[in-house]
Amino acid sequence: MADPVLSLSGLSRSFGALKATDDVSLALMPGEIHALIGPNGAGKSTLINLITGELQPSAGAIRFLGRDIAALDVAGRARAGLARTFQVSSVVADFTVLQNVMLAVQGASGGTFRFFRSALSDDTLTGPAHGHIAAAGLTDRGEVPAAQLSHGERRKLEVAMALALQPRAFLLDEPMAGMGAEGAADLGALLRPLAATAPILLVEHDMDAVFALSDRISVLVAGRIIATGGVDDIRNDPEVRRVYLGEDA
Amino acid sequence: MNRLAWINATLAGALLAIPLGALVLDEPFVITLATKVAVLALAGVGLNLALGYGGLVSFGHAAFFGIGGYASGILASSALAYTPIFTWPVEVAGTTQMLIIWPVAMIAAALAALLIGALSLRTSGIFFIMITLAFGQMFFFFAISWPAYGGEDGLPIYVRSGFPGLNTLDPIQFFAICYVLLMTAIFLVWRLTGSRFGLALQAARQNRQRLSAVGVRPFGVLLVAFAISGAITGLAGALFADLNRFVSPSMLSWHISGEILIFVILGGVGRLFGPLAGAGLFILLEHNLGGVSDYWQLFLGALLLGVVLFARGGLIGVLARDGRG
Repeated sequence: MADPVLSLSGLSRSFGALKATDDVSLALMPGEIHALIGPNGAGKSTLINLITGELQPSAGAIRFLGRDIAALDVAGRARAGLARTFQVSSVVADFTVLQNVMLAVQGASGGTFRFFRSALSDDTLTGPAHGHIAAAGLTDRGEVPAAQLSHGERRKLEVAMALALQPRAFLLDEPMAGMGAEGAADLGALLRPLAATAPILLVEHDMDAVFALSDRISVLVAGRIIATGGVDDIRNDPEVRRVYLGEDA
Repeated sequence: MNRLAWINATLAGALLAIPLGALVLDEPFVITLATKVAVLALAGVGLNLALGYGGLVSFGHAAFFGIGGYASGILASSALAYTPIFTWPVEVAGTTQMLIIWPVAMIAAALAALLIGALSLRTSGIFFIMITLAFGQMFFFFAISWPAYGGEDGLPIYVRSGFPGLNTLDPIQFFAICYVLLMTAIFLVWRLTGSRFGLALQAARQNRQRLSAVGVRPFGVLLVAFAISGAITGLAGALFADLNRFVSPSMLSWHISGEILIFVILGGVGRLFGPLAGAGLFILLEHNLGGVSDYWQLFLGALLLGVVLFARGGLIGVLARDGRG
């Protein structure tokens, strides 16, 4: 079996008496879309923030591409190849779509400390940026300020920025939140081929999307992973049905 | 050209035309006023880089203005007194050569900005304002209590420093120097804001979390911007010292920090020519209303209130009507 791209082992994080993440172990394998599901308050966001470096774990380790990344901060992990999208779209509102994606290209390729040459006429930024904009399905929207994008377009911009990092793994935090069935299917079609370039850890609420897209699913309840397996395993797992799917089954 | 470009060209043209007219009409005082506008606008251009593009509300830019002033004053007064500034480990003599004074002033101010920035950039919002204010006041009290260079009494510069091929004591020639430096600084800031660094800096203002997530540390970007900002304001301080031929601790006081902030806010935060518009308006008001009433700053206060409440884009924003905040 191939080595995991990203592996969490015994990861824990407490806030006071609350164990938001409780001894979580998880492996993201090459080429897979691995969904992380769980009811509200299960600790999905905490787990994502632990992986991206916005929170520090109380215990446990995170290995990425075979090395421990505990010492890397948020920017360091992004440069190492961990690209994330945000649950609530986080883009630079005054920038155009193109400028947002250029910023991500620049972040990945380095060279931020250049002070004179116009960035907008720098082909090494704009060239790749246009490519990622097209790949995310935003062709012809490059000159639109991010603040004027529709909700769905902003989700796609997040994907374009993640693509621009040329990551080794994607962390997508509820990319389909608030998108409606059609928009979700649209975005799903966009995400499926991405997994071939880098595996995706997908935190998602939308069950239809999760079952349609995922190769494997981990179920997080009260900070603990109670089950990990293929789509059918998870659908038929009595424990999962009881604590989670049971609500609408 | 769009409306904004016309406004900018008009401002740059007016600042040039007024002293030239005054030269013809033999009104040297007007030339000196225009020089003051250019120098104060330059100080504002420095702050605008940090405030307008980086979102750093510095209430301590007087520190850089004063450091630039003292760099100029100490170098020139030592040279005029034929005493070295220090003798150990190597002897360093003063100079009255602007081409040496300027880089010294800018480097000194940039180093101070690196120090202040490294400590205060760990905070944000009101804490950042308060910490920069506190640092500014530290420099102020240091200058007051340091007797070597005049302490509270300040330090006179008996002869204005020189520039090769120019007579700097001639008001119009000194104005030309200040004008060219102001326009150069505006040009360089314009280039900077459109560069890769400018992209990161403006992203840091709007969304630090996003900038980190694409692999760029906001701290480094903001610190470098703060240092460049300090260097520009430091250069303005060196010119201000030469303009008045006098340096005193008042250049370091928080009133100056406030005035530089007022130039930027009046003119338009994050507007390339905002500091020029703001400093010009400030000097116009001070000169005209100051003659009418000692309480002219009451009108300034009302104006500032109006701008903050109703015209966030400042004077340039109102005139350009381009919908930018």
